[in-house]
Amino acid sequence: MAAVIRTQGLTKSFGAVRALDGLDLVVEQGQVHGFLGPNGAGKSTTLRILLGLLRSSGGVAELFGGDPWRDAVELHRRLAYVPGDVTLWPNLTGGEAIDLLGHLRGGIDTRRRAELLERFELDPRKKGRSYSKGNRQKVALVAALASEAELLLLDEPTAGLDPLMERVFQDELVRVRDQGRTVLLSSHILSEVEKACSVVSIVRAGRIVESGSLAELRHLSHTHVVATFADGRVEETSVAPEEVAGWVSGLGPGVVNLTATPPTLEELFLANYASEPAQGDRS
Amino acid sequence: MSGLTGTGTLLRLAARRDRVLIPVSALALTALSVGSAQATVALYTDPETAMAELGPVLNAPSTMAMYGPATTTNLEGLSVFKTLLMGAVFVGLLAFAVVRRHTRVEEEDGRLELLGAGVVGRQAPLAAAVALAVLATLVTAGLSVLGFVAIGFPARGSLAFGAAWTIAGLTMTGITAVAAQLTSSARGAAGWAVGALALLYLVRAIGDSATTDGGRVLRWFSPFGWASQVFPFGKDRLWLVLPALALAAVLVGVAFALLERRDLGAGLFASRPGRARAPRGLLSPAGLAWRLSRGGFVGWLIGFGLLGLVFGGLVSQVDSMLGDENIQTMLAQMAGVPVDELLSSMAAVYAATMVRFMTVAAAAAGVIVVLRLASEERSGRTEAVLATAAGRTRWYAAFTSLALVVAAVLILALSALMGVRGHAALAAAPTAGDLLQGAAEAIPAAWVCVGVAALLTGLSSRLAPWSWAVLGVAFVLGEFGPTMNLPSWLVDSSPFAHVRAYPFGTWDTANVVVLTTIAFVLVVAGALAHRRRDLG
Repeated sequence: MAAVIRTQGLTKSFGAVRALDGLDLVVEQGQVHGFLGPNGAGKSTTLRILLGLLRSSGGVAELFGGDPWRDAVELHRRLAYVPGDVTLWPNLTGGEAIDLLGHLRGGIDTRRRAELLERFELDPRKKGRSYSKGNRQKVALVAALASEAELLLLDEPTAGLDPLMERVFQDELVRVRDQGRTVLLSSHILSEVEKACSVVSIVRAGRIVESGSLAELRHLSHTHVVATFADGRVEETSVAPEEVAGWVSGLGPGVVNLTATPPTLEELFLANYASEPAQGDRS
Repeated sequence: MSGLTGTGTLLRLAARRDRVLIPVSALALTALSVGSAQATVALYTDPETAMAELGPVLNAPSTMAMYGPATTTNLEGLSVFKTLLMGAVFVGLLAFAVVRRHTRVEEEDGRLELLGAGVVGRQAPLAAAVALAVLATLVTAGLSVLGFVAIGFPARGSLAFGAAWTIAGLTMTGITAVAAQLTSSARGAAGWAVGALALLYLVRAIGDSATTDGGRVLRWFSPFGWASQVFPFGKDRLWLVLPALALAAVLVGVAFALLERRDLGAGLFASRPGRARAPRGLLSPAGLAWRLSRGGFVGWLIGFGLLGLVFGGLVSQVDSMLGDENIQTMLAQMAGVPVDELLSSMAAVYAATMVRFMTVAAAAAGVIVVLRLASEERSGRTEAVLATAAGRTRWYAAFTSLALVVAAVLILALSALMGVRGHAALAAAPTAGDLLQGAAEAIPAAWVCVGVAALLTGLSSRLAPWSWAVLGVAFVLGEFGPTMNLPSWLVDSSPFAHVRAYPFGTWDTANVVVLTTIAFVLVVAGALAHRRRDLG
């Protein structure tokens, strides 16, 4: 499969601060790729470099095989972007903002637009200044999802959405995936990535620290096993997945209940970040 | 908890945030007033030579409209004549900026909500903003008083000068406090407040250039009329501060009453639901730039159009300003020209002075459009637009070219209307054609200022606000440079110094071509810088 996004040794410095420190990221065509990391890890900086808004300080960044800085306009016809912190024009309505962004990208699917407005329960006639944070986010989501872009770059897209609307977003994400489109979804909300993403890259302090399918990543962490005995005795442990069988067979008789929980992404996250102390968060 | 709880804390916060703006403005304005006064005193040894040289200028109708009447004939009075009202306008703008910054801007950005959740009374932010604006006014006026005393001017007259500036500062504090309650956007508030300032200045200008007693009464309807009527170093009417104090108190009272009646974030005029779909005209960077600037532009255009008609009416009155026919004949004989020629040159000076002066305002209107680029970038909206297939240069060009068009159209509208109205009423007055040619000379000067703003914004959105400093310095150099006796190379660095006031002055094609070229080079340099840098 062709790589839609490829960065190699990507660096970006803002003065003395090094926001990206040799970031290697590959997103294949058709992947819904989770881009996970704590605040200030470099997620937004990476997206902005891929959008040609920032110029990289070093390394390689490729989008559809092109240079995101030099070929920005051509490449942007093929992608849609939802910024992390959506601000709208105070005196334009949400509907006008959706149409504007859609047309600048090269067209908008009117039927999809209407459908999405209904699903997200968004009133397009309100002025930008009177939308709440969640509603501003919806405006950006509708504008991006109503496009026919091959690639969606989503920067923490559910920030400010209520749980119901998060469900709607997850459904839409599945739909996009089923259409074979590519998504790079940056987030620090693990459950959101776990549901929709097939591949995950974890970024920390400007570097990718883990990357792979969820199954591969789970492999890296320990499974939690709890055994309950007839006499009420409880034994538990965390072992590597391949050692579960050995531990269980060593328990002896009297086991009435046995649970083995694969690690959640939450635990993966903690395992990765608890191992090294935080190096001063930047945002 | 009273409504004013926390005012002291907020006042200290606001003062800290304005710790550069207020002292720098106060010092700059003091340098302007005291510096130019000292230069004038040094230039003329006694009042008689000064009057002989300045007299004709002082009594010209155009001077009366611009700077107000001069009734004192002593050297001190003459030396502050130009800076009194112009400085008052700047003091008023400072008070406006302070009040707006700490009320509507804070509210629009949501920071007031953060504060409102703490132990802060509902009225505290407005009270703190008003207090700081009054403080800024007093500091600025006080520094000037000290400056005049320091260069040996009479104390009472110095105090009177400070009083005139205080009148302007107090008035604009009150006006801005009310304007901040009326609309739900900081831009809307700015429009109302600056519009009111322009209107009050115009009312005074009409009153001061009126030829009948009935017309002159108008000057008393404007606080700027009160400020000029203080007559520092002459009549020293310090008591004129009192009506300004009363007016400010009433306006601030109204502002607090309005505040009580509205919700946080809302204005008195609620925003209505709009269109669900965008009109075709909006769907491009140029369409968006126009849409964002349209409201402001229409306001400016109405203002410039009305001023054109008013000035046109005043141009046609130069004959009655010069007195009856006998005086006109006498003056014409002294000058060695026929009466008609005398009248037409007086009318041309008047019209050209107005065009030249309004060029600065047109440049400001253009700079506002360019600075949209910077505010779009800071708000993050540029990021959303440039993530689409709209290229950087197209985005930059949309705003800068609109800014150039806005500045030009405003000057053209003013000149055309002034010419049509003036020439219809007085055959000797310049025609619309003459004044449009004058406009063609003034427009490139405004374009240079727009170009500087474009270059600064192209380099960095953080540099963009310095465009105002550049515009202010260019205005001061062009307008006061010669009276302050500054070296000619410094004065000539202001584009406004190159507006030769056609049809009174001589037409200079090379001048126009050079200024236009400089403006375009600046805009293109800004575009190149904008292409190369990080955005957002």
